[in-house]
Amino acid sequence: MTSATAPARGRAPARDVAGLGVGRALGFVAPAMLLIGAFLIFPALWTIYIGITNYRLTGVEAVSPSMVGLSNYTKALNDALFHNALWLTLLFVLGSAIIGQNILGFTLAWVLRRARPVVRRTVEAFTLLAWILPSTVVAYLWVAFYDRDGGTLNSILGTPGTAWLIDYPMACLVVFNTWRGTAFSMMLYSSALQAVPPSQLESARMVGASGWQTLRDVVFPHIRGHVLTNTLLISLWTANDFSPFLLTKGGPNHESETVPVYIYNVALQGGELGYSSAISFLLLIANLLVSLVYLRLLRRRS
Amino acid sequence: MRPGYVVRRIGFYVLICAITLFFAVPMLWIASAPFDASPGLGVHWPDWTLENIRKTLDHPYAMHSMVNSLLICVTTAVAVTAFAALASYALSRVRIPGRDALLYGLLLLSSVVTGTAAMVPIFVMMFQLGLIDSRFGVALVMTGGLLPAAIFILKDFVDAVPKSYEESARVFGASTGQILRDVVLPVARPGLATIMVWAFVNSWGNFLVPFLLIRSIDKQPGAVLMQTLTDEGGSVNLQVLPVFSLLFSIPVVVLYLLVNSRYGFRFHGGIKS
Repeated sequence: MTSATAPARGRAPARDVAGLGVGRALGFVAPAMLLIGAFLIFPALWTIYIGITNYRLTGVEAVSPSMVGLSNYTKALNDALFHNALWLTLLFVLGSAIIGQNILGFTLAWVLRRARPVVRRTVEAFTLLAWILPSTVVAYLWVAFYDRDGGTLNSILGTPGTAWLIDYPMACLVVFNTWRGTAFSMMLYSSALQAVPPSQLESARMVGASGWQTLRDVVFPHIRGHVLTNTLLISLWTANDFSPFLLTKGGPNHESETVPVYIYNVALQGGELGYSSAISFLLLIANLLVSLVYLRLLRRRS
Repeated sequence: MRPGYVVRRIGFYVLICAITLFFAVPMLWIASAPFDASPGLGVHWPDWTLENIRKTLDHPYAMHSMVNSLLICVTTAVAVTAFAALASYALSRVRIPGRDALLYGLLLLSSVVTGTAAMVPIFVMMFQLGLIDSRFGVALVMTGGLLPAAIFILKDFVDAVPKSYEESARVFGASTGQILRDVVLPVARPGLATIMVWAFVNSWGNFLVPFLLIRSIDKQPGAVLMQTLTDEGGSVNLQVLPVFSLLFSIPVVVLYLLVNSRYGFRFHGGIKS
């Protein structure tokens, strides 16, 4: 060791194991930071600027947009369609993430924990498949499934001619997204359940606790942190999910227009880039708040 | 056997069957419709034919869009892997000033700046740069979006590799370049492979970015072409779309199985798209 480090003493000592040095290390980090800066940080900051202009896709304001101060934000306060989008997003997150994916994911993790490997692997394969298939493919599968004329759902229920995506668009989206995302919660809860000491489960059984009591008093205290972080994460993803656009495009008559779809429709169908940027900025702030809470919880746990 | 036990066993299997059916039934259609002579939107036993596959292969844009997808996703996956590897190695082994703040910032960025929240400024930026309708532009945007999470996953991976490999190479007088090429790279290979597959699969399924940035149909990747064809409707597309969905899903499933069998499924808490 001493003979190897001796020659290095003359120059600035490189204290890392590969002898990279801070200068070259910065060079290694630079290309990634440039790309992240250009395509992630800059757009995020730029929304603030576009959000206070009346920039449009076409017309006079496209060539020379002018500053309009906070009027895009006051407009959002009084925009019934934006309120509608917020409400639908809340329903979507509550129904498909907080209730749907969470409960189905936990149920699967709980009942599969002692199931036979064959059963376990089969069920997991289907849930995982729903999770990894490309979003346009799953959207098309569900459009076919819900179809008014030949859709599988109508054949199963014996309700030919029911146009599910038109009559109950939000319910359809909630079921769809529960199907799509449950795998994540299932995997997270299966690994969390392994941390519950078997001896405690055993003693709960010895004193004759019912399944429900065991869950509440033995299992839940151990996985409470996981439930919280999982819920935050899947809520964030669901609120930002663009796949409702692939199923309903926000229709009929804005009945399934969640915030992401609303931003798209306002920006690229309506051409109001300034206004849609203001709404994007509000979404960014909401994401930031949820992420800060999430990271704080993670840090406290570790 | 007590009756309570039997009832519980039956309840257990009914529940398992119901959940499995819930996940399986919407997928059955993609297994039957591609091979059905009279494809509809419902699931039924197919009247076997390979005619749909021929129609899809002959379709003017279908196979072309696969090539576009491949072009975009290979570029993205290689760029993400290369840049994330360099950055994560430096961040793992060298105490760059402000490193912890940088890592925290990256972690925040990966979940805060989502495609939907940034779609307007990204569209405006690419529009002003003249990169609308450019497949390279799509790959750039996707690379920027995937990099923070990729750096994070890879840094975890490099952190887990013992420093003693590099230390002993250094003791034997290896240069920095040699250490990186002959010691670090081989050890990090499983991590690099995982991240490359992860980036590929994520960009393969990405609909929003190419949907925003690509206008002409001959440059659309598969994810966007499917939407274009769905909007057109018609009986020809009912022959083409099921086959296309199936073909478009195969790379994702195969890569997933590959990574799963070779390296085991590593659960990266919180990292998806």
